[in-house]
Amino acid sequence: MRSLLPILTVLAALLGIWYLAVAPMNIRVALDQVERSGAAVEPATSVERRATSVWRLMWDNSEHVAAGYALERPRLPTPAQVGGELWKTTGQMVERGRPFSKRSLLRHSWITLQSTLWGFLLGTTLGLLGAIAIVYSRVVRMSLLPWAIISQTIPIVALAPMIIVLSSQVGIEGRGVPKAIISAYLCYFPVLVGMTKGLQSPALAQLDLLRTYSASGLQSFFKLRLPASVPFLFTSLKIGIAAALVGTIVGELPTGAVSGLGARILIGDQFGTPLAIWAALAMAAMLAGLLVTLLDLLQRATLKRMGMQA
Amino acid sequence: MSWLLGALVFWAVAWGLNAWLAQSRWHRLWPVRLFVPLLFGITILVLWEGVVRGFDIKQVILPAPSLVAQTFANSTDILWVDFQQTVLKGALSGFLIGTTAAFLAAILIDRSSFLTRGLLPIGNFVAALPIVGTAPILVSWFGFDWHSKAAVVVVMVFFPILVNTVQGLRETDQMQRDLMRTYAAGYLTTLTKLRLPAAMPFIFNGLKIATTLALIGAIVAEYFGSPTRGMGFRISTGVGSLSIDLVWAEIFVAALVGSGFYGAVALLERSVTFWHPSQRGQT
Repeated sequence: MRSLLPILTVLAALLGIWYLAVAPMNIRVALDQVERSGAAVEPATSVERRATSVWRLMWDNSEHVAAGYALERPRLPTPAQVGGELWKTTGQMVERGRPFSKRSLLRHSWITLQSTLWGFLLGTTLGLLGAIAIVYSRVVRMSLLPWAIISQTIPIVALAPMIIVLSSQVGIEGRGVPKAIISAYLCYFPVLVGMTKGLQSPALAQLDLLRTYSASGLQSFFKLRLPASVPFLFTSLKIGIAAALVGTIVGELPTGAVSGLGARILIGDQFGTPLAIWAALAMAAMLAGLLVTLLDLLQRATLKRMGMQA
Repeated sequence: MSWLLGALVFWAVAWGLNAWLAQSRWHRLWPVRLFVPLLFGITILVLWEGVVRGFDIKQVILPAPSLVAQTFANSTDILWVDFQQTVLKGALSGFLIGTTAAFLAAILIDRSSFLTRGLLPIGNFVAALPIVGTAPILVSWFGFDWHSKAAVVVVMVFFPILVNTVQGLRETDQMQRDLMRTYAAGYLTTLTKLRLPAAMPFIFNGLKIATTLALIGAIVAEYFGSPTRGMGFRISTGVGSLSIDLVWAEIFVAALVGSGFYGAVALLERSVTFWHPSQRGQT
């Protein structure tokens, strides 16, 4: 925990910069609002203000800078405003006894989490099977591996609307399946690469030793290759789950979905409620942190039991 | 039905040929190593074409590759305009600004070990976050034109590059740095002669991640508002107006650009970090 103090310092500095940035970002909106309520503003009209720099505006109207910190629709909300909105859409909903009402971020997180986990499951399975096929078959390795790399250079977001159109035409109801497919597409690659490395990590001498025991292919897979690949597996799972969450949110963004964190961002954009966007973003960040931390703990526990790492 | 059957036969023959080539004694030669994945890709296209024609799938659901190729050839002017808007203006400028800023920030941060210890975990965490979600906010800040797209790209590529560069700068060990000191090398000399070259594999790792992120950022940002051109704009309106063949042509361009961009960075990596074990022994 030697690095706790530096981390906290950097976090505090980032928060400080955020608070300071709110003033210049919001000054124009704030002055518009102050002007509408009848107070004197320098320069008087918003057209003239557009030609003036924000620093000049802040200097000339220093008494109105504070108004920028309490706007209803700020360009940049303060961390406290984001926290407040987050509490309003999660904790307060629980207090009122409706933790899963339509405006509750808990409900939307749950929907996003479901798709993420399905996509993660699908992507991890595909990645694992692909890695096994690549390790055991030279044809697969030669023909599949280059395309796996190319598949990751295709921006999946370009495909996202197509996947949704396709799956609705094929007759799949709802958005769960296409979102899971998109997140699986992003998540299979780290697992494929990591596991290919992991399954090939036993040294030749170890494989030869198993052959002298006359171990079958299946036995050497389960007793040597698979255990040897576990550290690689967890490392790629951690990257994979973060990618799966990104995939789900991307799948919700451009497609007119109505529920899920990505949909909250989209709706917040369409209705001009920046606080909703920021709260959904904060929620997504917390979800990502939670998932990665859970896998990290699982990794430590597993490796400890296997005697690989303290 | 004959289309479907033909495609299946082609698949079987191609797979057989690939299997034979991979087991043959020429499997290490570069023409074979190029031909096998190429044939695999062609097989998928043939299967796609066969399935679309065999089952008589409507063009608005899944157009055949031949139709996509036709559309691609007929609308090169639209695709070129979109390419300029999204790739050259949005993605590339954002990529350049973002990587330069992250690189300079990493060098500054690296001077203080306190900052490094504080920023590395945070940067690692931020790099795992769904930053694409900030696209609507940045579009509302910087307007509809390419500036907002570049801004999204900057935010997306910043942290992977920062984290990788900071980590790479810590790669040299005490012995190597002590050696530089015995040469009476100052901070700047040590940085340019020893620590930056040692950090290059890490930096390129970050750059390769950033190439794909740059395209994703530029396209997603266009879903939230753009002038009436750009790849993301064309894809979202194309899906709405059922001109799916044009959408696939755009996807093809995106795939081409993504692979080309990645390939260019990988080539650059090979010439800069030729000394690294991962690059040695490759021909």
